Amino acid sequence: MGKTLYDKIWDAHVVRTDPDGSTLLYIDRQLIHEVTSPQAFEGLRLANRKPWRPEANLAVADHNVPTKNRDRGIADPVSRLQVETLEKNCAEFGIPVFSMRDHRQGIVHVVGPEEGFTLPGITLVCGDSHTSTHGALGALAFGIGTSEVEHVLATQTLWMRKARNMRVQVKGHVGPGVTAKDIVLAVIGELGTAGGTGYTIEFAGEAIEALSVEGRMTICNMAIEAGARAGLIAVDDKTIDYLRGRPLVPQGALWDQAVEAWRDLHSDADAVFDRVVELDARAIRPQVTWGTSPEMVAPVDGVVPDPAREPDATKRKGMVRALEYMDLKPGTPIQKIQLDKVFIGSCTNSRIEDLRAAAEVIKGRKVAANVRLAMVVPGSGLVKEQAEAEGLDKVFREAGFEWRDPGCSMCLAMNADRLEPGERCASTSNRNFEGRQGYGGRTHLVSPAMAAAAAIAGHFVDVRDF
Amino acid sequence: MQAFERITSQVIPLDRANVDTDAIIPKQFLKSIRRSGFGPFLFDEWRYLDRGEPEMDCTDRPKNPDFVLNQPQYAHGRILLTRENFGCGSSREHAPWALADYGIRVIIAPSFADIFFNNCFKNGLLPIVLDPETVDQLFREVGPGYELTVDLATQTITRPDGQVIRFDIEPSRKERLLKGLDDIALTLEHAEQIRGYEARRREEAPWLFVPIQP
Repeated sequence: MGKTLYDKIWDAHVVRTDPDGSTLLYIDRQLIHEVTSPQAFEGLRLANRKPWRPEANLAVADHNVPTKNRDRGIADPVSRLQVETLEKNCAEFGIPVFSMRDHRQGIVHVVGPEEGFTLPGITLVCGDSHTSTHGALGALAFGIGTSEVEHVLATQTLWMRKARNMRVQVKGHVGPGVTAKDIVLAVIGELGTAGGTGYTIEFAGEAIEALSVEGRMTICNMAIEAGARAGLIAVDDKTIDYLRGRPLVPQGALWDQAVEAWRDLHSDADAVFDRVVELDARAIRPQVTWGTSPEMVAPVDGVVPDPAREPDATKRKGMVRALEYMDLKPGTPIQKIQLDKVFIGSCTNSRIEDLRAAAEVIKGRKVAANVRLAMVVPGSGLVKEQAEAEGLDKVFREAGFEWRDPGCSMCLAMNADRLEPGERCASTSNRNFEGRQGYGGRTHLVSPAMAAAAAIAGHFVDVRDF
Repeated sequence: MQAFERITSQVIPLDRANVDTDAIIPKQFLKSIRRSGFGPFLFDEWRYLDRGEPEMDCTDRPKNPDFVLNQPQYAHGRILLTRENFGCGSSREHAPWALADYGIRVIIAPSFADIFFNNCFKNGLLPIVLDPETVDQLFREVGPGYELTVDLATQTITRPDGQVIRFDIEPSRKERLLKGLDDIALTLEHAEQIRGYEARRREEAPWLFVPIQP
C-alpha cells in the first residue's frame, strides 16, 4: 500500500515506538518566540539541562513588539521584560536569535520560510498553533505547548501519537478575485472548527497546485482553525523554486542531494486516506466571517444566517451568542456591515503577495471616512523592504493606511495595536474569537483584497465588482 | 508535576461548545514569564465585568453574576463539565496553567482540541472524553451539591447514585499522570537511541546537520 505524504515524513522521524503506540518522534527544527518560551528556558535552568542541538533552533520576538516608534523601545514594561528575556535566554543557551532591531525580524511563520529555515520533509515545531503554516513547503509542522518546547530543547524529540490522514481536495480553479484565504475559509466552513481534530490534512487538487507557495502558506496556516495541528502540501517545482537561494537552505552538492530527496515528498498514487473531503473551487466566492469562530463564515454576497434554522441545540446557542457579541441580526446582507478598523497583516496574510493584492485594490483611492484606522503590518523586515522597493508603502499611505513595522500586532493584540470595545474590524488574520483583537472587539476575517476594498468602501463589498 | 490519583468534587457546568484558549486565558496575561499566578484570571472576560490586566488584584473586581464560576454552589468545583472542542485555538499552555492554578483537576467533554489536550497531561490535569449522550446526561444531572468521583487508576467516574462510567486513557499517559513523572527525564533514558537515529539520519539527509548560521 502506498504512503501519504504525512506517512512518509512521520516514518522518517520515528526514534522508537512503545507498545501502546506512543512514538518518540525526532524534531529537526524549532522556531522560538518570546511568549511561549520563557518558562521552557527556566525549566532547563532549574534542572541544569542544556539544549540538545542549540543550532537546530531559531528565535525571534514577534507577539509583543511595537509596530511603530520602534527606536524608542517597548513602552509596556511587562512586554519589554518578555522580549528581553528571550534575548537573554538565547544568549545563555547558545540559540540563534534575530533581535527586535534586526532587519530580518518578523513573525516566526513568515521568517522561517523566508530564511530557508523551513525545509521540505523536516519536522518543525514552535510554541504557536499557526506553525501549521510551514506545511506549505512539505514540512510536517505543528504547534506545541511550553512543556513541549522545553522537551524539544532538551531532547530534540517529542512523544506523539500518529494522527489520521485527511485529504482536502479542491477541484477545478477559483474565479478571479478569489484567493487562498477564501479557499481555506470555505474549507473551514465545510469541515467545521473541529472537523480536522486528530487528523493531518493534506491539501491537494488543481486549485491548490495553482497557488503560489505564499498562497499555500495561507492555506496551511489555517489548518489549525479546522482543528488539524498540521496541514501539508506536496512538494513541486514551485516549492523548489521558492527555496532556491534562500540564506539557510543547503548549499552546493547538498542542495542537489536535498532536491532529489524532496522530489519524493508527495502522497503515492495508491495512498489511502482515512477521510477525503472534496470542494468545487468554482463554487467558492470571497468569504467573510460573521461570528466568533472561523467556521461561522458566509460568502460576500450572502447574509448573516438565522440561528432559528440550525437544528443542533448546542450550535444554535453558539450562534445566538455569537450574533449578540457581534451585534448582528440574522438576514443582514454581509455587504451592509459597516467597519471601524481594517487590519492587513498576521502570519496568515502579511507576505509580499498579500500586500501587492491589497495595494492593487486601493491604488488611487481613499480610505472611507467611517474607518478610524486602516493599517498594514508587513510580516517581516524583509517583506517591508521589498514592499517599499516596489512603492507599495506609498500606495497605502496615500490611501490613508498606516504603514507599520513587522510583528503579530492586531491579530492577537498583545502589543499596543488593538480594537476598543464594540469596534468592528475587517482583518486578514486567522481568529475571530471573542476579545481576540482587543476586549469587546468584533472581528471579520477576510482576504487582503477584500480587506482593502472594505477599507475604501467603509463596509464589505464584493472585490470582484470593485 | 503534580500526580493525579483520585478526586471527589463538585462539578462546574460550562455549557458552551468551542471554548477557545483566548477565552480560557486572554492574551494580556501571556506576557508573564512565570508559570503560576494565572488562576485569578481564568475565563477573565466572562468572569469579570471590567477589563483585566496582568498583576491586577482581582478581589474587588466586579464579577459577572451569570457566569458559572461566580455562582456560590460551584465555588469549590474542581471538575469542569463542558462541550465539544474545548481548548481550541492557540497553543498557549497558559490555558491549562490557569485551569490548574484555579484548582481544576478534571475536564469532562465530548472532545478536546489536540494541542490543549496534550498540554493538560504536562500539568497534572486530566481531560476525559465521554460520548456526547453521557455528557448530555451529566449536564441534566448536575446542580448544587452534585459531586462526582474520578479515579484514574480504575479509569472510572462514579455518580452520586453509585453508577459508574468508564473512560479511556492511553496507558503511557496514565502512568505518567499517576506518578507525576518528568517527561524529559524519561525521554533522556533513551538518549542512546536518539543519537543512533541521528547517526542514521545524518547519512540519509546530511543537509539537516549543517549548523544553522543566520
